[in-house]
Amino acid sequence: MAALTDLTLADLAKAMAKKEASAVEVADAHLKKLDEHRALNAFITETPDKARAMAKASDERRARGEAGLLEGVPLAIKDLFCTEDVQTTAASHILEGFVPPYESTVTTNLWKAGAVMVGKTNLDEFAMGSSNMTSYFGGVENPWKRRGDNRKLVPGGSSGGSAAAVAAYMVPGSTGTDTGGSIRQPASFCGIVGLKPTYGRCSRWGVVAFASSLDQPGPFARTVEDSAILLQGMAGHDPKDSTSAPLAVPDFAAAARSPDIKGLRVGIPKEYRVDGTAPEIVALWDKGIEMMKAAGASIVEVSLPHTRYALPAYYIVAPAECSSNLARYDGVRYGLRVPGKDLTEMYESTRAAGFGKEVRRRVMIGTYVLSAGYYDAYYKKAQQVRALIARDFKDAFAKCDVLLTPTAPTAAFAAGEKMDDPVTMYLNDMFTIPASMAGLPGISVPAGVDKDGLPLGLQLIGRAFDEVTMLKAAAALEQAAAFKGRAAGY
Amino acid sequence: MSLDKETVARIARLARLKVPEEELEPLAGELSGILAWIEQLNEVDTKDVAPLASVSDVTLPMREDKVTDGGIAEKVLANAPGGAVYIEPTDRHAGGFFTVPKVVE
Repeated sequence: MAALTDLTLADLAKAMAKKEASAVEVADAHLKKLDEHRALNAFITETPDKARAMAKASDERRARGEAGLLEGVPLAIKDLFCTEDVQTTAASHILEGFVPPYESTVTTNLWKAGAVMVGKTNLDEFAMGSSNMTSYFGGVENPWKRRGDNRKLVPGGSSGGSAAAVAAYMVPGSTGTDTGGSIRQPASFCGIVGLKPTYGRCSRWGVVAFASSLDQPGPFARTVEDSAILLQGMAGHDPKDSTSAPLAVPDFAAAARSPDIKGLRVGIPKEYRVDGTAPEIVALWDKGIEMMKAAGASIVEVSLPHTRYALPAYYIVAPAECSSNLARYDGVRYGLRVPGKDLTEMYESTRAAGFGKEVRRRVMIGTYVLSAGYYDAYYKKAQQVRALIARDFKDAFAKCDVLLTPTAPTAAFAAGEKMDDPVTMYLNDMFTIPASMAGLPGISVPAGVDKDGLPLGLQLIGRAFDEVTMLKAAAALEQAAAFKGRAAGY
Repeated sequence: MSLDKETVARIARLARLKVPEEELEPLAGELSGILAWIEQLNEVDTKDVAPLASVSDVTLPMREDKVTDGGIAEKVLANAPGGAVYIEPTDRHAGGFFTVPKVVE
């Protein structure tokens, strides 16, 4: 048998079901990888003792015949999910040392399904970033490097630690959250699968809030099937999140195992052909179109006329909601407190010391666009544009069943590149943000490499709550692309 | 929209963020850059377009009006950065307070 850490999540679960390995052995094998690759800085908090205890309990459940969907599977959890009695920081100084007295719904679901937590992964501070460079705990290193070039590359963001941990075979799967691309873009940068479900599919309860109308938890894994199995374990209606959809969870894993797309209509949005996209990515996209055609799909050109306005609209909506959500960090109830001579000075000093530069910038933008006299010009305008973006997708989905686009305009970049101008960094999410603004599901599938040997992903976008069709198409794309790349040394 | 130093200082106060005097000018430049980029939205005709209130068609549910938890004062106060004060030092479930700097003379 292959090394336990080389197995896919599905195969790992099968091996444990066949008693070829115990959950404790599986946990130990993966914890060893965490030790070996600590230099990647993928984790903020490692929880080896908890992992071994959970694995032991898992083995006992299996012995009693009570094995769940994810029984014994080791997972890394983005440090944005509150985990009971385990520090949860959102990669911010302001939450350093915060130990939640409760567990998020998504992680509760995962533990109920039998999964084992190995640790909490690094991210951009409060999930605000596309490089993982804004973390208070330092950036994460992408396991991939350009051929013949030893410079460290970023894993993307914000869920960079979760993506790097899966790409480095430290875990077979992990959780992320996606507000504007924070699952799909790092998946593309790290050569793995990242799935952002429909808004409302996974509960946001217990996830540190960034932009509540956009935030959505989702999985990372190395195969489409694995991501589907994880989604199955994460999803479901939750009365504690009023925006959680009261819908049954379909058999996502079965969908991922049936990549039959004969007759499927794949839409190609013409507005996604924009300047600034690396030529290799455009070429890969064209190749992806041919692959879908060869698999029996019909290709339809569609138009999403408001695509280019999604990004600026997002940079009103997301900062506005963040400035409101982050008002709770006041140095009174949890997290950092910097003393002051009075209450106001304590608030101002605490927040100045506790938030990093990008978070402060977004809180300021959000406060400004929501301030008296500017609401209509900015927030209302952005929500109107958002309505038009949602309508574009609705019209497009009258003509097709899924959309195929690139995930990101470039491959992974080096730490420090693109750092001078915030707007340049924001452009990383140009292909992922439109679907976020419309609440639609999207998945990034590794589909090729660039001239430097770096992985590139293609994105499939589905109709709301139709992850099943999206997963079938993703499985077909995965099969055709046959991406077998692995970062050297991992 | 170009922001001046005074506007940035006012936003910082509203956001309860202490910004040192020397950072106001560069911050004004950065924020103005972002806002200028955002203003391309003015090209979009949004006359008679209703702002999107929610991406899902789900009607917000009402929950039953009953107490679902309680008696967890110690858990609630466990992370208090300024420490907590309990009403009954011997019974930490009875309730307590977060502490803040003195606000009345």
